[in-house]
Amino acid sequence: MLHYFETLGRSTRENFAKLGRATFFLLLTLQGIPDILPRLSLLIKQLYSVGVLSILIISISGLFVGMVLGLQGYYVLSDFGADETLGLMVAASLVRELGPVVSALLFAGRAGSALTAEIGLMKATEQLSGMEMMAVDPVRRIITPRFLAGLMSLPLLAAMFSAIGIMGGHIVGVGMLGVDDGAYWSQMQASIDFYDDILNGVIKSVAFGFVVSWIALFEGYDTLPTSEGVSRATTRTVVNSAFSVLALDFILTALMFGDI
Amino acid sequence: MSHSQRQDTLVGLFVALGIAALFFLALQISNLGSYSNQDSYTLVARFENSGGLKVKSPVSVAGVRIGRVSAIQFDNQTYESVVSMQIEAKYSTLPEDTTASIFTAGLLGEQYVSLEPGGSEDYLTDSGEIEITQSAIVLEEVIGQFLFKDKDPEE
Repeated sequence: MLHYFETLGRSTRENFAKLGRATFFLLLTLQGIPDILPRLSLLIKQLYSVGVLSILIISISGLFVGMVLGLQGYYVLSDFGADETLGLMVAASLVRELGPVVSALLFAGRAGSALTAEIGLMKATEQLSGMEMMAVDPVRRIITPRFLAGLMSLPLLAAMFSAIGIMGGHIVGVGMLGVDDGAYWSQMQASIDFYDDILNGVIKSVAFGFVVSWIALFEGYDTLPTSEGVSRATTRTVVNSAFSVLALDFILTALMFGDI
Repeated sequence: MSHSQRQDTLVGLFVALGIAALFFLALQISNLGSYSNQDSYTLVARFENSGGLKVKSPVSVAGVRIGRVSAIQFDNQTYESVVSMQIEAKYSTLPEDTTASIFTAGLLGEQYVSLEPGGSEDYLTDSGEIEITQSAIVLEEVIGQFLFKDKDPEE
């Protein structure tokens, strides 16, 4: 019994300690931002591996998500004779929710895990301590460019996801199921608001980019320097990112769209 | 092309594609393209009941949208709903005795203001008021009337 409380207490204390380290790590990362400006090539290299290499998975997933929305939405809406509003349904669900959330989840799996593994291996092979020995700050040199790249990439990827998804819905709804082409677009334009819907979606994806990059980089930086530690950290990145993104999405949705 | 040049190009392409997607969303999907910063003037109409009318609901004449509802307020003195409408400036020839009614698009669709031009030769100007109005039809009231009518002969 006592042993149980001991374990509980230790794990609570460890979690708080980890949260504290994560916050301190974030502050150090943000502090390094002014140093990036003279060395933009570092940022561009990371934008390539974090952003450009994620385009394919984001585009293909967006296309299929949009097509599924078109198909499912049509079956439900046509029961009520409202299949004209298919475009609105597809666009609203993509721009408000699915675009930011699904691309953040994919981003965590595609780019976040890679970041954790990369940083974790750097730590395991003592490259980070090597840099410190040479008086190079590893946070500024390694972490900050990756963080900024993640923060910049995700909103762009989410916008692509939504745009391609709407095309996918158009292919299925208009091309295959016979919804009127004009109604598909005009219903969308009549009801989707630029500030309320699209800008809020972009704000969401910036927040998700922030959280996913933070978690991925911190887990890599904080890993145990063993192969098992790196593998665990990578798993934790994906799990924690997915959890944080979904929880944060609820909070942001309630703030932006809800009347709670 | 060197390796790093190729990378730069691809990153540039990525950013351009992302911004293009945002532009696509802004212009093709949202209402930003349809009524942003167009010259407009305001008309006011007082309704006994504005029903489910909302800000941004369409205002139409002969089925063509010429503006949108910009504000709905409650008048404490007359207990009426004061609906302000922004009409595009190019439609500036609405006669003074225009009537305004609130209709529903379809049986359960969204509500909109329909204007019916009268015969006057004077035109409504900015912040002019439409005098003749017809309130929204509230479905529950209609159903209520229908039920009472049915019961009357028995009693």
